[in-house]
Formats: sequence, structure tokens, C-alpha cells
Amino acid sequence: MPDFSFVFAQSISGLTAAMFLFLIASGLSLIFGVLRVLNFAHGTFYMLGAYTTYQFVQWVGGGPGRFWLAALGGALAVAALGGLVERFLFRHLYGAEELYQLLFTYALVLVLSDAARMLWGTQQKSVSRPPELSGSFSLFGATIPSYNLLIILLGPTIALAFWLTLQRTRAGRFIRAAALDRETLGALGVNVDALYTWVFVLASFLGGLGGALISPMRATTPGMDTEIIVEAFVVVVIGGLGSFWGTFFGALIYGQVLSFGILFFPRFSIFAVFALMAAVLIVRPWGLLGRPLK
Amino acid sequence: MLEVRGVRKAFDGFLAVSDASVSVARGQIAAIIGPNGAGKTTLFNLITGHLRPDTGTVVLEGRDITGLPPHDVCRLGLGRSFQRTNIFPRLTVYQNVQAAFLSHRGRGRNLWARVDDLYREETEALLGSLGLRERAGEISGFLSHGGQKQLELGIALASEPSLLLLDEPTAGMSVSETRETIRLVERIARERGLTLLFTEHDMEVVFSIAQKITVLHQGRIIAEGAPADVRADAEVRRVYLGERR
Amino acid sequence: MRTRPRPWALLLLVAALVVPALGSRFYTFLANDVLIWALFATSLNLLVGYTGLVSFGHAAYFGIGAYTTGILMKKVGLPFLLAFPAAGVLAGAFALLFGFFCVRLTRIYFAMLTLAFAQIVWAICFKWNEVTGGEQGMPEIPYPNLDWMGRLPFLGSLRTSDHFYLLTVLLVALCLWALRRVVGSPFGRMLTTIRENAERAEFIGVNVRRYELAAFVLAGAFAGLAGGLFGIFNRGVFPDFAYWTKSSEVLIMTLLGGMGMFYGPALGALALILLNQQIVSYTEYWPLVLGTILIVLLFAFPGGLAGAGVTALRRLRRA
Repeated sequence: MPDFSFVFAQSISGLTAAMFLFLIASGLSLIFGVLRVLNFAHGTFYMLGAYTTYQFVQWVGGGPGRFWLAALGGALAVAALGGLVERFLFRHLYGAEELYQLLFTYALVLVLSDAARMLWGTQQKSVSRPPELSGSFSLFGATIPSYNLLIILLGPTIALAFWLTLQRTRAGRFIRAAALDRETLGALGVNVDALYTWVFVLASFLGGLGGALISPMRATTPGMDTEIIVEAFVVVVIGGLGSFWGTFFGALIYGQVLSFGILFFPRFSIFAVFALMAAVLIVRPWGLLGRPLK
Repeated sequence: MLEVRGVRKAFDGFLAVSDASVSVARGQIAAIIGPNGAGKTTLFNLITGHLRPDTGTVVLEGRDITGLPPHDVCRLGLGRSFQRTNIFPRLTVYQNVQAAFLSHRGRGRNLWARVDDLYREETEALLGSLGLRERAGEISGFLSHGGQKQLELGIALASEPSLLLLDEPTAGMSVSETRETIRLVERIARERGLTLLFTEHDMEVVFSIAQKITVLHQGRIIAEGAPADVRADAEVRRVYLGERR
Repeated sequence: MRTRPRPWALLLLVAALVVPALGSRFYTFLANDVLIWALFATSLNLLVGYTGLVSFGHAAYFGIGAYTTGILMKKVGLPFLLAFPAAGVLAGAFALLFGFFCVRLTRIYFAMLTLAFAQIVWAICFKWNEVTGGEQGMPEIPYPNLDWMGRLPFLGSLRTSDHFYLLTVLLVALCLWALRRVVGSPFGRMLTTIRENAERAEFIGVNVRRYELAAFVLAGAFAGLAGGLFGIFNRGVFPDFAYWTKSSEVLIMTLLGGMGMFYGPALGALALILLNQQIVSYTEYWPLVLGTILIVLLFAFPGGLAGAGVTALRRLRRA
């Protein structure tokens, strides 16, 4: 019978993983909800967030506060990239068949991930934790790195901020409306094209931020994009495609299943995650909080 | 031939059809009319198996078909054409109709025969009776609206139904096209001894060929009977007076 | 689609058979690769192009087939004659199991579930060390016993890999021929009605779910056969055979070559593999080049590669 501090440590690790996944999956869910496309390249934006953060850290050094600057810079750079991609490329494919849109996002994965390889090579890059948070402390007998705690606190904060934006601001209302009925919104005089670009920018920012914030915790390597995108898919499936809180809870569930799965069934933890995804799709395809489509 | 009894369907609290009972005798031409949103298409969907009624039964030729999936209902002799043209757009006109023959005659499971010439005679004959034989090789998606509607009818007929349900067969047609289509439908029904049940907005059409009319309003039957009786019915006049087409 | 005998298909077959005579190990290797992927892509097209079902997890059956043949030949010592069909049978069986759940879902959910099942297969192959060799996979799958080929005229002087290549030509040709018959059959026509308008298909008496499942099983079985060949060709079976990126590779070949034509995906396989070979000799950034080419093609043909080409071709042939 594992003792409580051990279980607690595992949950913390699961929670941390969940928060990163939430950041990434929420961007994916946003793009799907509004633009109705599954953006395979989202994982690559996450990866680019990590790489650009690494690069900025190289440039601004590691002094106090510098990491946060670099992380923000990284996320913004990725957001800008997302905006450019949408505005100049993706926008022209809205009339095409869904399959071809998907093909485009996959082609983006190829281009962007290889570009990253060209710029940064194949060796793994690492970023040190910001000095103000490089320590750890003890809670319930377990040793928790401070950085992890920050992430755990940051996650729901960002979630809440994001949700409030969607619910209370005008822009947020437009986004929700666009997800429901694009044409009517356009007929009402809203510049839907620009709205779509901003949605893409926001989603890419979230993905890039996820990558930026994870860079001190995990090595930045090529291939992290193809890994993470599948995990993001699992999260949005469990939570419900297009549902905001669904993504949040889906990420929480995923994080716990993974961390305890690794503990009790180390060999089958990855299996468990996909089995969960399949089970949700079989029993309740629209996920925990999604809405059943016709 | 067809007996719909006490059928009811609600969507999320909205009662689309309530306690609807319709009966159509063999060989009869019957119509269901009602203002927009009265529930005509929903009723059709309930009969043909696209929707399952919450309560009530649908009986076709003595056999209970309530809640059976559409492909089974079709095999039991119910044909249907749809309000929005529902064809196989990238197949040719010939292939559209042939597909219905293939499925109906049970050849669909054959993985080996070459399909092009199967049922060629029957398909071309049917296309001929609809006036589409010259267009047989054309891609059906490029046909005019009227042509597609005719094709739609052809597909329904190729399943050799005993009862044909037509959902707004003349929707979107010009006056002359409408007249042509109705004459065609009437002729074919007579030739093949079909029983017909159709919905329509065009009152002229309805009163010209229907032998029995059922009036639907807000999901409920408010009148039923011979055309003259329905025309004179007070409630029907009230419902329609505000919505004269 | 017209069903007159196609002389050019026969020509291609002859051309394929002649490749070993060119004496280059490299060309034979390339041709072998193309043939196997052509079968894999054509099997996927039964689902995507003919039935309208987009699967993100077709590599699962490829992987199952590869592991089946590999395990049976290497560990159990069965002859190829048994191990090869077993690949198709087992892959088909799993397709039946997975497909049963998948066809109950529509569009994006269908795609997601096919992906989930494929990742499950991958995860099992990756971790089940005792049976599948785990992360390391199973290297050194033996060639089938092809001595009988050595005794045939003209073939005595060829290498084993050439013999295996010729076997591949024979088997792939047979499989493609079978798939061609299926596609040109009443069953195949029913599948296209489902693709065109599933609602209408129901209303001509087609049990859509059952037909979709049948297509799923056939597609999976033939993908399994392709996998069985690939494991031997590749001299090893590895878990990434079932990973989602493999599924996306074959999907790209199918889309690129043209979903609406039977030989489209095969053409896509040829194009992609040859392109890969050419580009890789100049630069290591093949994904970058491929991605760029795909994006350019997507914009040059806004209606889709398949759409533009096929409509034109169809109108020409009055099929």
C-alpha cells in the first residue's frame, strides 16, 4: 500500500502534466470549435514555443525575470507565426474539402518541424529553470519542485482568464458566435476573416506558451510535436471537442491516468490512455462536456 | 395499406408531431398538407424509419414497421423521394437508377460480377419512362433542378415500391415543370398500381390529383377526408387564411 | 468505370517483372518498396475514395500484418505460404473488431476512433516485449524459401532479394486485381452510393453500417497483406509500422495520387517514393521539401488534386 506522500507526489506530477496539456489542448479545441478543423500543426507550434524560448534564453541570459521574458517572447513569436499562416495560407482553403484542410495542417507539420530541425539541429536543447523557482519544498512529506507548483497554479488561472474572456468580453462573444454560425455573424457586419485570424493567433499563443513553459522541465527535441499532438487529441476527445471546460477536465483526467498508470502498470500506461480515448468514443463520442452532434 | 396510429415525436421538449394517425388505402393517392413547420417532413421521417416515434405504431400492409431502420423499410416496399434533392451527385444518371435496382434485387453483396451492364434493360426502360434516357451518361450532379427531381423519382421507383412517399415533389419547379411532373407521377402511379402519399405546398397540385387529404398543423391532424370536405372545413380555412400561398 | 481489359496495366506488370534484369540492386529495392506501398495505399482507398470513410489509423492493420507474418515465420517457423495469408486474416479480424465500433460514428469521431485503435495497436507492439520484441522490434525476419524460383529458367542467376521481389510482384498484382474486381462489382457500386449520399443509400435498401464494416474489413485485410510483405522486405518489423505517422504517409499517397481513380494511390506511392529518393540525395530536409510541395499542390489545385483530375478524366471516359 503506497504511502500518502508518494501518492501525493504522483498526483502533483499528474496535475503538472495536465496543465501543460490543457494549454495545448485548449488551443486545439478553440481552432476546432471555431474553424472546424483539426489542426495537426498545433503540436508543432508547441514545439516551436519551446525552441524559441530556448533561443531567447540564449540571447537574454538567465538572470532573474529573464526566463519569463523569454517564455513570453517565445509564445508571442509562435502566435505571430500562427497569424501569418492563417492570414496568408490557411484562409484560402476554407472553401476546400475538410480532408484537404487536414492535409494542409499536416504539410505544415512537415515544413515547420523540419525548419526547426534546420535551425536548431537534432540535439536536445535544455533550458534551466528560472532561478527564482529552481528550488523545491516539502508538502505532505513529498518533495515538490516550486516550478511545478507555479504551473499548477498558473493553469487554472489562465483557464479562468480565458473563460472569462469568452463569456464577458465582446470579442469573446464573437468567438462563441462564430463557432455556432459563421454566416449570420458575417451578415451582421462582423469581420469574420479578421476574427478567424485572431482565433488562430490566440490558439497558437496558447500552444506556444505551453511549449515555452515546459522547456525547463523537459528536453526540447524534434519529435515532441508528433507525440504531443496525439496526447492533445486524447484530451479533447475525453473532454469533448469544442468544449472549454471539457478540455480542462479532460486534461486533468488524462494527467492522473498517465501518472498513476505509469506507477501501477508501467508497461501499459500508454495503452491505458488510448484505451480510455477509444472507450470514450465508443460510449459517449462527444466526450464529457461536449454537445452531441447530429 | 398504410396505417399510422397515434404517432408522437418530441425533440428536446419541442413536440413536432403529436397523436398523428393517417391511413392510406391501396391504390389511393393521398396528400398531407399543412403550413411550414407543421411537421410533415417529420411525419415522413417517422414513417420511413429515419426517426423513431416516441409512441405510436406504423403498419405497412399489415406488418408493423415502427422504428425499423430505413433500409429495412425500403425493402418492405416503401419508396421515398426527398424534399431536398437527394441523388448520388458524382455518379451518372444511369448509375443512380441502376444502383437502386442492384440493391433492391439483392445483388449488392456480389463482390465479383462486373457491374456496368447489370439491369441495363430495366434501368434504361425506367429512364425512358421519365424522359431521361438521353441523359443517361451524364453526371447527375450537373443536371438541372428539374432533371434531378425526375432522377430522384426514378431512384425511388427503381426500388419497386408498393407505396411511394413523395416529399414536396414539385418544390422549386416552374408552373410548367410542376404540371409535367404531376402528370408523370399520376401516370406512373396508375401504370404500376402504386399507392401514393405526398406532401405539397402547392394547393393546386394537391386538389388536382389527391383523392384523400390529411391536414397537419403544429404536429396535429386537424382534418382528413376527400378534397371537397377538407376545403370546406372551418378549421382548415382558419389555419390557411392567415397563410395563403 | 469501363471494364475492358486495360493493356497498360499489363504493360506495367511486364515492366515490373523486368526490373531485376536491369541488374541494379537499388532499382529492385525501390520497385519493391513502391509495390508494397501501392497495395497499402490502394487498400486505404477502398475506404477513403470509394466509401468516403477517412481513416487516420490504417497503419494498425499494416502493422498487425507485418507482426503476424514476422512472428509466424521467425518465432514459430511457419512457411511463408501460411504466414502470408495469416497476415491478411488476422488484420481482417482486427479490422472487424475495431471497425464494428468505428462505423457507428461519423466523420471526425470515426477518424479519431480509428486513430485511437491504431495507437492502441502501436502501444501493444511497443511494450509487449515477449511477443513483439517491444521497442526494438523484430529484426532479421527470414526470407521465404525461394529455392524453387532458382530452378526456373531465367531466374537461376538472380539473387534472393530479386526472387523475393518477383514474388512481391506476383502477390501485389493478384491483390490489386482482386481489389479491382471488388471495386467494379455491385458491392463496389454500393460503396460509392454510400460515399455520395449515405442517407439516400439507406433509402434504396443499403444497410450502410454493414457495408461500411465490410469495406473496413477488406481494406484492413489487404493492408495486412501489404504489411506481411513489408516486414520481410524491410528485413525487420518495428512498432512504428503502426504509429499514426505511418497512417498519415499512406493517406497522403492516396490523396496525392487521386482518390477517385483505382490506380491513383498506386501512382501516389510511386511519385512519393521516387520523389523521396531524388530529394534525399540532395538534402536531408526531405519533410520540408515534401511539405512545401504538398502546400504548393494544394494551392495550385484548390478543388483538390483528385477532384480536378478525376472529373476531367471521368468526362473523357464517360464512365
